[in-house]
Amino acid sequence: MRYLPLTPEDRAVMLAAVGARHIDELFADAPACARLSGPVDLPQHQGELEVERELSALASMNRPAGAGPSFCGAGAYRHHVPASVDHIIQRSEFLTSYTPYQPEIAQGTLQALFEFQSQVAALTGMDVANASMYDGSTACAEAVMMAARVTGRAKAVLSGGLHPHYAASAETLAHVSGIETSRLAPAVDGEAAVIDAIDQHTACVVVQTPNVFGQATDVSAIAEAAHAQGALLVVVTTEAVSYGLLKSPGEMGADIAVAEGQSIGNGLNFGGPYVGLFAAREKFVRQMPGRLCGETVDADGRRGFVLTLSTREQHIRREKATSNICTNSGLCALAFTVHMSLLGEAGLRRLALLNHQKARTLKSALAGVPGVQVLTTRFFNELAIRLPVAAAPVVEYMAEHGVLAGVPYSRLDPGAGLDNLLLVAVTETTTSSDIDVLAKSLSEVLA
Amino acid sequence: MTMQTVGRPTRPDPSLEPSRPQAAAEGLMQVEPLIFELGGWSKTGVDLPEPDADAADDLGDLVRAAPIGLPGLSEPETLRHYVRLSQKNHAIDLALYPLGSCTMKHNPRLNEKMARLAGFADIHPLQPQSTVQGALALMDRLSHWLKTLTGMPAVALPPKAGAHGELCGLLAIRAAHEARGDARKRVLVPASAHGTNPATAAFVGYQVQDIAQTADGRVDLEDLAAKLGPDVAAIMVTNPNTCGLFERDIVEIARLAHAAGAYFYCDGANFNAIVGKIRPGDLGVDAMHINLHKTFSTPHGGGGPGAGPVVLSAALAPFAPEPWLVQDGQGWRLEEHRAGEAIHAFGRMSAFHGQMGMFVRAYTYMLSHGADGLAQVAEDAVLNANYIKARLRDLMTPAFPEGPCMHEALFSDAWLEGTGVTTLDFAKAIIDAGFHPMTMYFPLVVHGAMLIEPTETESKAEIDRFCDVLRDLAEQALSAKTDPDALARFKAAPVKAPLRRLDETLAARKPRLRWS
Repeated sequence: MRYLPLTPEDRAVMLAAVGARHIDELFADAPACARLSGPVDLPQHQGELEVERELSALASMNRPAGAGPSFCGAGAYRHHVPASVDHIIQRSEFLTSYTPYQPEIAQGTLQALFEFQSQVAALTGMDVANASMYDGSTACAEAVMMAARVTGRAKAVLSGGLHPHYAASAETLAHVSGIETSRLAPAVDGEAAVIDAIDQHTACVVVQTPNVFGQATDVSAIAEAAHAQGALLVVVTTEAVSYGLLKSPGEMGADIAVAEGQSIGNGLNFGGPYVGLFAAREKFVRQMPGRLCGETVDADGRRGFVLTLSTREQHIRREKATSNICTNSGLCALAFTVHMSLLGEAGLRRLALLNHQKARTLKSALAGVPGVQVLTTRFFNELAIRLPVAAAPVVEYMAEHGVLAGVPYSRLDPGAGLDNLLLVAVTETTTSSDIDVLAKSLSEVLA
Repeated sequence: MTMQTVGRPTRPDPSLEPSRPQAAAEGLMQVEPLIFELGGWSKTGVDLPEPDADAADDLGDLVRAAPIGLPGLSEPETLRHYVRLSQKNHAIDLALYPLGSCTMKHNPRLNEKMARLAGFADIHPLQPQSTVQGALALMDRLSHWLKTLTGMPAVALPPKAGAHGELCGLLAIRAAHEARGDARKRVLVPASAHGTNPATAAFVGYQVQDIAQTADGRVDLEDLAAKLGPDVAAIMVTNPNTCGLFERDIVEIARLAHAAGAYFYCDGANFNAIVGKIRPGDLGVDAMHINLHKTFSTPHGGGGPGAGPVVLSAALAPFAPEPWLVQDGQGWRLEEHRAGEAIHAFGRMSAFHGQMGMFVRAYTYMLSHGADGLAQVAEDAVLNANYIKARLRDLMTPAFPEGPCMHEALFSDAWLEGTGVTTLDFAKAIIDAGFHPMTMYFPLVVHGAMLIEPTETESKAEIDRFCDVLRDLAEQALSAKTDPDALARFKAAPVKAPLRRLDETLAARKPRLRWS
C-alpha cells in the first residue's frame, strides 16, 4: 500500500522490540467479541489509476456551474479565483501543518492569520476579527450566543431577510441555550421591521445586507433602535465581495458583523468547506468565540505572532468556554487572504462594481421578460424575481436545457408560500450572452 | 539581525534603501513584513475590465465612501510574500509531526487532485439535484464506508469539524430525550477528555460532571455507576482514550449508561487506532463523530477546514440533523425539510449540506486503502506508537507502563524531576533538533504530559531518527541536574527556529489583534 512505509521486515523487528509475538497482542485490551477476525465487507485497496477512474466517473455525473450559464447564489457565489491562490494553499507548509500551537515554527500560518484578521476587520469596519469560523451560518449562530452572553439577555430577533439556513442554524443553538428567537416573516425589503420587535429583553437583532432576496439596506436606524434598548446589532453578509462597494456593518453601527467569506478565494465546492468571518467591537473581544491571533515579541525582541486570549477557549476553559469550536477554516482563510492581497483595495472595489454592473444588466433583461416581476429594488449582485408560476419546475426544466437559472426560494423555505419566487445572482464570471440566454429561455418557458 | 548577504554587493549602497521596512534574511530564512507594510496601497494583482463610470449611481448613500484600508500587490510580489511566510512553518511533509491526539499523517496528493475536479469543486450547493447526482452518490458511498467501518446504521454528514460533530451528537441526544418528555440535566465526562467535550455539553445546556479515572488510565466504573442517574442525558467517552489506551470495560460502560437511560457518546478523534479492526457499533456506542481530517487524512491546513460526520445508533438515527440523503426512483435526493416521522429531529446546524471538499478527499483515501489497507493503517499506527514507547521507556516515564498503548505513547514529566527542565523546555529543544514537538500538557490528568502520536505514515528510519533525537535530548535533560549550562540550553530553546520563544503573556495582556 503506497502510503504505508513499514515493510514486513520492519514490522517483525519492531514487534520484537515491543516484546509482542503478533500484532493482535497490541489490541488485546479490546474485548475479544469486538475484535474483527477479518477485513470488513468493503473493497480491497486500489492504485491511483483505478481510484481516479471511479472519482472521475462520479464527477462527470455533475454539471459544473462553469459549464454554461449559471445564476445560483443564495449564500454561495461563483467568482473567479486567481491561479496563484490555489498554488499557495497547496504549499506543503500551509496544507500539511496543524493549528499553530508551537508558534516558533508556525509563524507562516500565524502571520497569515494576523493578516486575515486585519483584512476582515477593515472590510467589516469593525475593531477586531477572529481567525475564522466554519462558515457564515455557524458564525451567525455563534453571534447570537455571544450577544446573549454580553447582554445577559435571552431574546433574539431574526429578520425576514435573513438566509433561512442561517436562521435555522441560529434557532437550533438558541433553543438548547434557552434563548428565545422570533423570526419575522420573509420580506424583500423588510430588515427595518425588526425595530418594532425590540424591547428591553432583546439581546440582539440579526439583520442581513444584502439580504437573501438581494436587497441592500442601510441598517443605521436599526442600530440606533437596538442600542436605545441596550440590544446588540448583528449584521450578516453572505456575499463578501459586496464589502467592496457597500457601506460596512461597522459604519452603520453593527456590534457584531458575520459573513460567509467563500466569495473571496474559495470555490463553490457544493457547499463546503467555506470560511466564516466574525468581527466585533473591541470591548466585546473577551466574549468572542474561536481562535484569535495576536502580536507579541520573542526572546530577542523580534515581532512575532501567537494564538492569544485562549482563556476564552475550550482547551483551557472547558465547560466555561465561549464556544466549543476547535478546528476552524484555516486554509480557506488563507485562500481568502491571498486573494484579498492580490485584489487589494483597488481590485476589490473594481470587482464589486463589475458585479453590481452585471446585476443592473440582469435587472433590465429580466424586467423585459413578460410575466416576470423584479422585487429587489436596491441590490448588489442578486435579485429576487416573481414568476407567474412556481419557480422550482421552471428551474428544473431550464437545467435540462443547459441553464442554471437560479435558486427557487422554496428550496430554502418551503413553508413560506413563496413558491413563485426565484433568486437570481450574477458575478464577474457572468457574460452578457449568459444574461441574454437566461432572459430568452425564461421568456420561452413562461410563454 | 543581519541584512541579506546572498550575492553582491555584500554591503548595499545606503542611498538605495527604500523608506519602508526592509525584509532582511539569514540564509534562506527571510524576515517578512506584514502585507500591510509592503507599500501596496494602490496596486492590484488582478486584471479586471474597467467598470462604467456610473456603475453604482443607483445605490446612492448605500455606497461606502471612506477608504477600506486594504493593501494589494502584483502577483509576483504576492506569491513571494506568502511563499516566504510558508517557509516559517513546520509541516508533515518536512518531518515527523508527532502531535498526540491530532493525527498528523501524510496527506495524499491524489485526494487534492480529485477534490479539484470541476464536477466536485465547481458545483453550487443549491443547483437542481438532477444536475449533481454524482456528488450525491459520492456522499452515499462515503456514508456506506463510514457505516460499515463503524458498524453503525446511520450517519449524519453535515458537521464541519470534530467539535461540530460532538454538537450534532449531543443535539440528537437531547432531541431524543425531549421526544420522550424526559428532560435530563447532566452529562458525564472524564477529566482526561478533550476540552471540546465539556464545552459542547455546556453549549447544549447540560451540566458537566467529571468521571474519575483509575490508576491504569481508564474510566473508573464504580465512580461512573455512582454518578449515573435518571437525570444523566449522556456520557462522553473517548475510545481509545486521550491517554492512548483502549477502554477495556467499554462494553460495561455502555451497559451502565444504557441501564440508566443515558446515551453513550463516543469521541471518535482516535478512531484511526482501530479502523478496520474494531467497530464502535459492537461496543454499544450511540453516537460518534469521525474527524475526516484525522483518520481519513484530509489536510489540517494550519487549523482546518475539517469535517466531522457523526455515526448514529438506531435509537438516535431519527434525530439526525437536516438534510437527509435519500434515494428514490429518480435517483439521489437531499431531503432538506421533512414532516412526519422525523419531526423530533433537532433541525439544521449549518447552511447547505456539509464539507463536500473533505468528503471527496476522505472517500479517495478510503478507496485507495480498501478494507485491507485501513486495517493495516490501524496496525501500523499502533505498532509505531508502541515501538516509540519501548525505545524511550528507560529514559522517560511512561504514564501507564503496563500493557500496550494504542496509537499514541504518553509520558509524564516524572523523569525530569530535579533537572529544572520542564515539559515545555523539552518540547522547545525538540524544535532545535528538527522535529515538531509532541502534544504537551494534555491530557490534563497526567503531570507535564507528553503525548506522542507518530501515525502509520512514518517509516521505521524516521521513527528511529526521532527516537535517537529524543534519547539524546533526554540524556542532556538529565545531565541538567548537575550541569547549569545544559539547563540554560533548554531554557533558551529554541534558537534555530525562525523565532525564539514568544511572549504569550504580553500578547494576552495588551492584545494587538490587527495591523494598525
